[in-house]
Amino acid sequence: MTTIFDMPIAILGLQILIGLQNGAFYALLSLGLAVIFGMMNVINFAHGAQYMLGAFLAYILLSWLGLGYWWALLLVPLLVGIFGLAVERLFLRHLYHLDHLYGLLLTFGLVLIVEGVMVDMFGASGLPYSKPDLLQGAERIPLSWVTGNERDIMMMPVYRLWVIAASIVVCLIVWFAIEKTRLGSYLRAATENPTLVRAFGINVPIMVMLTYGFGVALAGFAGVLAAGLQAVTPHMGSSLIIVVFAVVVIGGMGSIMGSILTGFVLGLIEAVVKIAYPEATNIVIFVIMICVLLVRPAGLFGREA
Amino acid sequence: MLKNLSLAATLVAIGSMPAAAEKLSDNAVRIGVMTDMAAVYADLSGQGSVVAAEMAIEDFGGTVLGAPIELVSADHQNKADIAAAKAREWIDTDGVDMLTDLVTSSVALAVQEVGKEKNRVIMVVGAATSRLTGENCTSTGFHWAYDTYALANGTGTAVVKNGGDSWFFLTADYAFGHSLESDVSKIVEKNGGTVVGAVRHPFPTTDFASFLLQAQASGAKIIGLANAGSDTINAIKQASEFGIVEGGQNLAGLLMFITDVHALGLDAAKGLFMTTGWYWDLNDDTRAWAARFEEKVGRKPTMVQVGVYSAVLSYLKAVEAAGTDEATAVSEALKSMEINDVFTTGGKVYANGRMAHDMYLVQVKKPEDSSGAWDYLDVVRTIPAAEAFQNPAETGCPITN
Amino acid sequence: MSVPVQARAGRFNAVHVLVFAGALIALGALPFAVYPVFLMKAMCFAIFACAFNLLLGFSGLLSFGHAAFFGSASYLSAYALSAWGLSAELSILFATVSSAALGAVFGAIAIRRQGIYFAMITLALSQMIYFAALQADFTGGEDGIQGVTRNPVFGLIDITDNLSSYYFVAVIFVFAMFAVYRVVHSPFGQVLRAIRESESRAKSLGYHTDQYKLVVFVISAALSGLAGGTKALVVQVASLTDVTWQMSGEVVLMTLLGGMGTVFGPAVGAVLIVTLQNFLNSFGSLVTILIGAIFVVCVMLFRRGILGELQARFGRK
Repeated sequence: MTTIFDMPIAILGLQILIGLQNGAFYALLSLGLAVIFGMMNVINFAHGAQYMLGAFLAYILLSWLGLGYWWALLLVPLLVGIFGLAVERLFLRHLYHLDHLYGLLLTFGLVLIVEGVMVDMFGASGLPYSKPDLLQGAERIPLSWVTGNERDIMMMPVYRLWVIAASIVVCLIVWFAIEKTRLGSYLRAATENPTLVRAFGINVPIMVMLTYGFGVALAGFAGVLAAGLQAVTPHMGSSLIIVVFAVVVIGGMGSIMGSILTGFVLGLIEAVVKIAYPEATNIVIFVIMICVLLVRPAGLFGREA
Repeated sequence: MLKNLSLAATLVAIGSMPAAAEKLSDNAVRIGVMTDMAAVYADLSGQGSVVAAEMAIEDFGGTVLGAPIELVSADHQNKADIAAAKAREWIDTDGVDMLTDLVTSSVALAVQEVGKEKNRVIMVVGAATSRLTGENCTSTGFHWAYDTYALANGTGTAVVKNGGDSWFFLTADYAFGHSLESDVSKIVEKNGGTVVGAVRHPFPTTDFASFLLQAQASGAKIIGLANAGSDTINAIKQASEFGIVEGGQNLAGLLMFITDVHALGLDAAKGLFMTTGWYWDLNDDTRAWAARFEEKVGRKPTMVQVGVYSAVLSYLKAVEAAGTDEATAVSEALKSMEINDVFTTGGKVYANGRMAHDMYLVQVKKPEDSSGAWDYLDVVRTIPAAEAFQNPAETGCPITN
Repeated sequence: MSVPVQARAGRFNAVHVLVFAGALIALGALPFAVYPVFLMKAMCFAIFACAFNLLLGFSGLLSFGHAAFFGSASYLSAYALSAWGLSAELSILFATVSSAALGAVFGAIAIRRQGIYFAMITLALSQMIYFAALQADFTGGEDGIQGVTRNPVFGLIDITDNLSSYYFVAVIFVFAMFAVYRVVHSPFGQVLRAIRESESRAKSLGYHTDQYKLVVFVISAALSGLAGGTKALVVQVASLTDVTWQMSGEVVLMTLLGGMGTVFGPAVGAVLIVTLQNFLNSFGSLVTILIGAIFVVCVMLFRRGILGELQARFGRK
């Protein structure tokens, strides 16, 4: 076997792929936050809770209705998105004329409610969710084309490969839709100057509502992906959301491609830290955040206010 | 034993014939169940512990020494400060005589400290830390059901004897994980095994892939999980993705409950070794009790819940034997009693407050061997009490008799 | 954020004096009616919330990481009390000064940004304190520091029983409230409000706004530390609870509920929340849901908070 730093290259490669896969979650979640913030100036603290809701809905669809993973992937983002529409219509809409901070506070309150309800209904110790047969098992990825050694083979779980692929595709579609299509340009225009856009005959409130629903649906989608990897618990979102916030700050708020790239890159950096100094895994992103802010206060891809 | 009891009862009866109830503070015995009602430990203790305490009071007859037995309960939210404040309030203003359950180590340590200051009986069931009957032991503090030493010892010894003689640890990077890792390491080495390495993972961790790969690369036969709750669940769940068990390595859960197996599902957990203080499917008595419990709560009891039952019942027996609810006298009665109930037979309470009873090394069933929900475990070996729990002289507890 | 402020610059009028006298008498009499440990805990949170409000209500800075100051002070004071055997007032002073120092570091990083950036930076910084507390040796990890002793004040006055420690805490409480009042009703406080309303205008008037923001951040951190350090003495435990981000959220709720444009509103909010948690305690997850609901209702309908609404209705101009 070929080794680098005393570590078989196959293991190292696998660690990096796993870093990419964790980065995929950061990217999906920070993308949702970036869309919501960029288009409507709301900091969606409930993003983690909506991600958790996605995982629970996948579980509920399977155990109550017998609808499997692929159905969940389709239906859950819709359902979570509808929940998002309701939140926007009932609460957030009435806060736009106020300081941004009220949106943050409102969504913080929603987190407590949603988590409390889920604990009440399902308990806190977690639920199992099984992946579809198609995504079980591991894929043999030979590295002999790099190292020339036939024994350098990575055994990457298929599900994790699927997570990477699915999130890259979704991220690119979202980026394309917002930056390159007519609908996206309306959206961006509506944040700059709602009155003018309204004058073109576009229903701005509905558009904003759909934007929030869409951002939330992304969180729901990530939740379904996560259900196949980890125990489904009411608190799975709250431990993740803080890290994702840091990712968003590093990337610079409001930049779509910025948050996608930052998500993946930070996943990779984290993977290296997990090997070199695992104790620091949870801190490394915050350290990077502080360093970035000292040099570039608006984040790597952010526009200076 | 029975002789002892009746002798004590006679002595008390002679000493204080008129109005035994006067020996009770404010004419009632009040028991407080403090537990986690809504967070991570709610399923393994929580409301189920309150129900178990009610069952104990009911089985005891509802009164002791002619006075009513009252039950109060509260949610400590796993916060030591809330627990300590509530314990003080219960003792100072509500006349609570005994506190039990106390899941979460920080909570148990804090409340046991309050019990020491206020002279009240504290019967910890839910918390794991061996410190409760070690360096932090008190003369009126008791520890029921299990502790980290018993779990480490039970699983560590058995696994090494089964041939699992090289270990790699996935350790939660905080005091609990470190002490569990060092406890098990000592036992592994004592039994002739070796520890080839460990990785400290942050708490909490949702993705163990990277750490599992490091464990896999170590070549150790056994991967010991020195963590708890959702960390353990996620580590086990993800180990199956990397074919760790198929590759000839085995996992050992060092702090697991039947609720964790339930959360994992048998597919992911099958074959796993763990140590438990009780299992509902041991004999007719345990099955009958579990059925009664299930009727009220809707799920099978954990060792913590049945442990609360045993602790409350034993406490009431001790109050009766001592003829008072004064904590020192009750504690002495507890230490001279033998514990016989659905939880254990022939249980002994050591001077440091540790209730020693048989523990069970269990293995999680394969899905095809299980008859349905909660039929999860096979008892591989009964670990006799004297072997399961640490010799009080070695615990570092200054109270020796 | 723009919330009407009724507080007028530093002069006492008769009403103020009367209110203060009444509050002092009530403070002295209360422990005979209500369980003192509960009251002490409520006072600690009241100090914490008022300190926090110096930033949110009077400077327009939402810190989502104030648990770092409250919690680390709680650990430090607990450690000074039990490991060093320092007297009660010195332990609390030590915790307060340390918090101020930590506040200077955090503040220097965080005030470079405004609004939500500021909130998220403080949140991230406080997460680092959380990890440090989880892993440092002296904090006892998740077991916390147990059996904290209530050492005599000045090494002389015994405060082991609840009533005497109550009066000790009450003195700290009065001092802290007075400090907050003085900060708000000073020229310094005026400048802060000017910065809140429009930072660029304040800048154009020649104020070094960053310096003002940093100073108020340090004051707020120090008073939060005072609250945390006192709390360790009261509940005789220091644990992870106080450094979690949920704690940072809780103090925002207290402030919001009590009224963030008012000087003492946050104290009212703190007392209410602590009471609620105490009495609804056996309802488990319902408490979380209820607190979340209060949050939502406050944001949607009562943005002025309880005291703010009262003032708006019963017209102190």
